[in-house]
Amino acid sequence: MTNEIAIAENIVYSRPKSLTEVHNHYCPGCTHGIAHRLIAEVLDEMGIRDKTIGVAPVGCSVFAYNYFDCDFVEAAHGRAPAMATGIKRVLPDRAVFTYQGDGDLASIGMAEIMHAAARGENISVIFINNAIYGMTGGQMAPTTLPGQKTTSSPTGRDVETAGYPIRMAEILANMDGAGYIVRRSLHDPKNIRLSKKAIRTAFETQMHGLGFSLVELLSTCPTNWGFTPVESLTWLQEHMIPVFPLGDFKVSEHLAAIKL
Amino acid sequence: MARELLKGNVAMAEAAVRVGLEAYFGYPITPQTELLEHLSARLPELGRTFVQAESEVAAINMVYGAACTGTRVMTSSSSPGISLMQEGISYIAGTELPAVLINVMRGGPGLGNIAPSQSDYNQAVKGGGHGDYNLIVLAPSTVQEAIDLVVLSFDLAEKYRMITMMLADGSIGQMMEPAELPQMRPVVRKDWDWAVTGAKDRDRRILSSIYINPPLEEETNIRLMKRWQEVEANEVRYKEYYLDDADFVVIGFGTSGRVALSAVRAARAEGIKVGLLRPISLNPFPFALVEELAEKASAFLVVEMNSGQMLEDIRLATKGRIPVEFYARLGGIVPFPDEVLSEIHRIATTKLNTKIHPRDAWLARFTAQNGGGS
Repeated sequence: MTNEIAIAENIVYSRPKSLTEVHNHYCPGCTHGIAHRLIAEVLDEMGIRDKTIGVAPVGCSVFAYNYFDCDFVEAAHGRAPAMATGIKRVLPDRAVFTYQGDGDLASIGMAEIMHAAARGENISVIFINNAIYGMTGGQMAPTTLPGQKTTSSPTGRDVETAGYPIRMAEILANMDGAGYIVRRSLHDPKNIRLSKKAIRTAFETQMHGLGFSLVELLSTCPTNWGFTPVESLTWLQEHMIPVFPLGDFKVSEHLAAIKL
Repeated sequence: MARELLKGNVAMAEAAVRVGLEAYFGYPITPQTELLEHLSARLPELGRTFVQAESEVAAINMVYGAACTGTRVMTSSSSPGISLMQEGISYIAGTELPAVLINVMRGGPGLGNIAPSQSDYNQAVKGGGHGDYNLIVLAPSTVQEAIDLVVLSFDLAEKYRMITMMLADGSIGQMMEPAELPQMRPVVRKDWDWAVTGAKDRDRRILSSIYINPPLEEETNIRLMKRWQEVEANEVRYKEYYLDDADFVVIGFGTSGRVALSAVRAARAEGIKVGLLRPISLNPFPFALVEELAEKASAFLVVEMNSGQMLEDIRLATKGRIPVEFYARLGGIVPFPDEVLSEIHRIATTKLNTKIHPRDAWLARFTAQNGGGS
């Protein structure tokens, strides 16, 4: 019975070829799994799995290399854009992408991301912004919201002493070397579809040599936020989006000419 | 090839180009900047990769990325910049990748100055970054030797999948001498079975220094140790001068070894039977030879441009069997041959006190003579 149904024309949803068949280590309700899947679908659709090299960060997605069926390297904390630069410069026809969280990209790796963008490196950056340090157990991140309680801002982020959240997409859009800089969210199906389209456009930016591309994805961390997965999606929508507005911050004019 | 008048920094850069350097990532710092400048012109004209990074931290991580693809890659810096690179050095060591680093040492600690020094010996030889690993460390004493060791560095790095560090100093980098460069070789990108190049017609490859499961990390540490034993067995390099009939032996590396050679030659002209050992590989260190010499010689004189960092390795190999004396200049000062010759005279004519640590004895003599340091 089952075999009769599972014929090719009946299959509308399956694991992308670019994802490995292993269980991931992410917490229930975490949106890393969605982001991984979207990237894998894009690699499949573009047919570039076997010419893609990923650069994993330090943070919750430190083991991202286990989940993609393509070549991968593991960078030091924050240094993924530098490592990706080294790879892309000697293998310019490969697709090179980094996958980085907010602590990795916007705190310890601020110099590397800014200069990779300034140089117009033809790499794609998938930036997971969940407003917290997940791996180390819920400390304040550079994108933590004012007043947000974390294990290192136990009374809420006090902007007088701990400063303000950093809007990376807006900052990076000022770089002349950037070809495509957008912010999307993973909190509902519509936005997930928009996120996938943005990831595709980021890889197209790179493959067409149009410079640095970055997709910031607003993401959830139910475990460290202390909410259920569904409450987390609502919290993202109600609290993160006002601080980190969704949108296109830089789109190279050459991209408009490319039909996707 | 003919001998040319070459500046050390330029010579090291051009030697790397000629033996197939495909990519260089660096950051300007005196006294090695000419090396970066030379490559900024040379590599692009050959269609190869040059990137001036935003920092030494970024530069070494670019090297890390390029090394993952199996291309011949290099960076260079000077002492404070090498400190910043320690993170990446540890990661490259942990990922077991070949890469070449040149440290044109300057006076320190801190910002120090831009004059020649040898005070990064411990950092290079004993570690520097976190974790259990070794670098192959080679110390040139002339521009020609710097060229030859650059050529060797790439072969050693690839043979053992580890970093080879050239430990030069400001005088090697800045001086001009006649030297011969190697012939231009074609770039050969080898098809390493570990390199990350895109998983075309093969299984994916992952390059990482993470072993979250402690038994796997221990296995890695042991693999690195065994590989290091191979390096120790095969790659010890040094140069001996007048050792056959030497009563006592001067030991110095790089520039201080070269200055000491002038002093030893002058002493020989006076009929003093003194020899010189100049270690070239500082890691692996020629421990066995030093032990052997300690059986024959009446004393050692260690000459360094630091506070006695190699001195501790010499004392380790000597095991207290013979007196070890020490002479140093610090802070970016290169000793004159006459200073070393005076030490040779002292050793040849006085009874040596083995009760005091040679560093303390030197410091007492030095401050009594020159004052300072208060």
